[in-house]
Amino acid sequence: MASRDTGRIVVGLVIFLVLASFPVWFSATQGRSDYRPELEYPAGETKCVESKEYMRTWHMDLLNQWRDSVVRKGVRTYTSDAHHTDYDMSLQNTCMKCHTNKANFCDRCHDYVGVSPKCWECHVEPRGAE
Amino acid sequence: MTAILALGAILILILLAGFGSQVAGLQVVFGVAVPYAAIALFLGGLVFKVMSWARTPVPFRIPTTCGQQKTLDWIPSARFDNPHTTLGVIGRMALEVLFFRSLFRNTKVDIRPGGRIIHTPAKWLWAAALAFHYSFLVIFIRHLRFFTEPVPGFVKAIQSVDSFFEIGVPSIFLTSFLLLGALGFLLLRRLVSPQLRYISLANDYFPLFLLIAIGTTGVLMRHFQKTDIETIKAVAMGILSFSPVTAGGGALFTIHFFLVCVLFAVFPYSKLMHMAGVFMSPTRNMANTNRAKRHINPWNHPVAFRTYEEYEDDFRDKMKAAGIPVEKE
Ligand code: HEC
Ligand code: HEC
Ligand code: HEC
Ligand code: HEM
Repeated sequence: MASRDTGRIVVGLVIFLVLASFPVWFSATQGRSDYRPELEYPAGETKCVESKEYMRTWHMDLLNQWRDSVVRKGVRTYTSDAHHTDYDMSLQNTCMKCHTNKANFCDRCHDYVGVSPKCWECHVEPRGAE
Repeated sequence: MTAILALGAILILILLAGFGSQVAGLQVVFGVAVPYAAIALFLGGLVFKVMSWARTPVPFRIPTTCGQQKTLDWIPSARFDNPHTTLGVIGRMALEVLFFRSLFRNTKVDIRPGGRIIHTPAKWLWAAALAFHYSFLVIFIRHLRFFTEPVPGFVKAIQSVDSFFEIGVPSIFLTSFLLLGALGFLLLRRLVSPQLRYISLANDYFPLFLLIAIGTTGVLMRHFQKTDIETIKAVAMGILSFSPVTAGGGALFTIHFFLVCVLFAVFPYSKLMHMAGVFMSPTRNMANTNRAKRHINPWNHPVAFRTYEEYEDDFRDKMKAAGIPVEKE
């Protein structure tokens, strides 16, 4: 038996369902639900500091270690675990010397996952994008 | 005992997802079948439950109130505690939903030496419940970054407020730890007090352990055992755009995600349904108009009345003859 509030309850349910399906209709109306960032890799280079899989997951941690090492211990040389090459531990002078186009590499991926590292308030971006 | 039962159930679920994620063939199960089943169980169960409540008749207004009811104009009435208008009811409901007002009234009974009984305010439950629910809401909204493309501005805004102190890389979110702290308190509350332990059911412990496990795996993923977020977002977007991709994402992510699926799947069939139920509590959502308006039970049978006047009209002569006083001569 329908009570006198059934109508109002149905309205409430519909509002809930519209809110709950927000990600579905939002992404669908933006037309980007199958978007994946297309990354621009450095020309002429084949290897990153570590393996690609490692970099994808751990690069922020690596940068953090580098910073601590440089700023706190004064140690500036990093030897890659993957291919034993030595690197200068520097955001601007190492990472960004290869990944010169920040906008089409770091930013593309970061925009996709919704992170905006604050590093560039102090560190200088490469001018490759211009 | 019930707590151990619930904990055991969670551990089994964790092991299931942990080992399942290592078996290549099961990626379809954990990445496609389980999430869709969970969504169906959640939405279907929720709509079914609410509709079954909607069909339950509530014939009378139940004015369980804590304040003066509306009466003569010169007596001030409690507008939110004992509302007599729809607006007042909306106010009371908003206070309840947004600030847990009835929980705020929680008191504790103590027997003092000499047998004197005293009631003292007990706000810890209210504080922890509020901390937990708001943290959950914020985490929920922040997680929309995995489910929307482009990431909407309000998600980024909440994220930057939540990581305001910028401790560590990636910076910690305050709500992750607030959530775990509050859940820890809510669990200890049940375990420490003998009275509460006595009335606690497995249904009370299960969601607590489940949420603690979800929060812990989330924090582990962010700060200790990193996962490839870009791939995870592709997985999440795939599910919601109905073109799922099975890409894995590691044991920790599978556990986190599987437990979330379990949470949503059991939601409508557990006490967690208080999310919808609070809006339908008769003691909260009805204006107290019991005296101001006449409320007629909607399924009253039509009764053929016979008034005293009609009775007297029929029997006036006989009454007069018997010497019984009548109203109309
Ligand atoms: C010597 C040049 C070089 C340096 C220095 C370098 N990279 Fe790379 N990086 C590359 C190349 C080349 C790739 C593509 C690797 C591949 O495809 O296997 C790459 C891949 C990556 C990826 C993975 C992208 C993807 O496809 O998902 C990330 C993240 C990354 N680099 C970040 C960094 C960071 C952070 C630093 C500084 C710590 C850094 N790179 C330093 C050349 C470099
Ligand atoms: C408040 C300003 C500031 C911010 C924000 C900042 N840094 Fe730095 N960073 C510095 C300074 C100053 C140094 C020291 C430079 C030196 O001694 O060569 C440094 C050094 C470093 C170094 C080692 C030296 C070099 O040349 O790169 C790394 C790596 C580094 N920072 C990474 C980061 C990362 C990653 C972020 C973002 C999460 C970040 N920093 C944000 C100021 C900042
Ligand atoms: C394949 C995608 C991808 C690429 C390419 C990439 N990042 Fe990231 N980066 C991420 C993800 C995902 C996070 C956030 C991780 C999290 O939320 O736990 C992140 C986080 C960071 C953080 C920590 C920010 C914070 O406050 O949480 C820094 C610093 C960072 N990236 C630097 C870089 C730099 C510099 C580059 C370019 C050389 C780069 N990243 C390229 C995916 C990427
Ligand atoms: C009830 C729902 C959920 C709760 C309570 C929850 C809780 C958490 C918490 C507390 C964290 C710690 C970091 C943070 O606060 O962001 C976290 C991280 C994470 N969660 Fe969830 N989660 C939920 C649903 C999901 C779902 C559905 C996914 C699937 C996409 C997911 C994927 C992740 C990932 C990838 C991280 C790591 C984030 C990072 O490294 O920045 N979570 N979760």
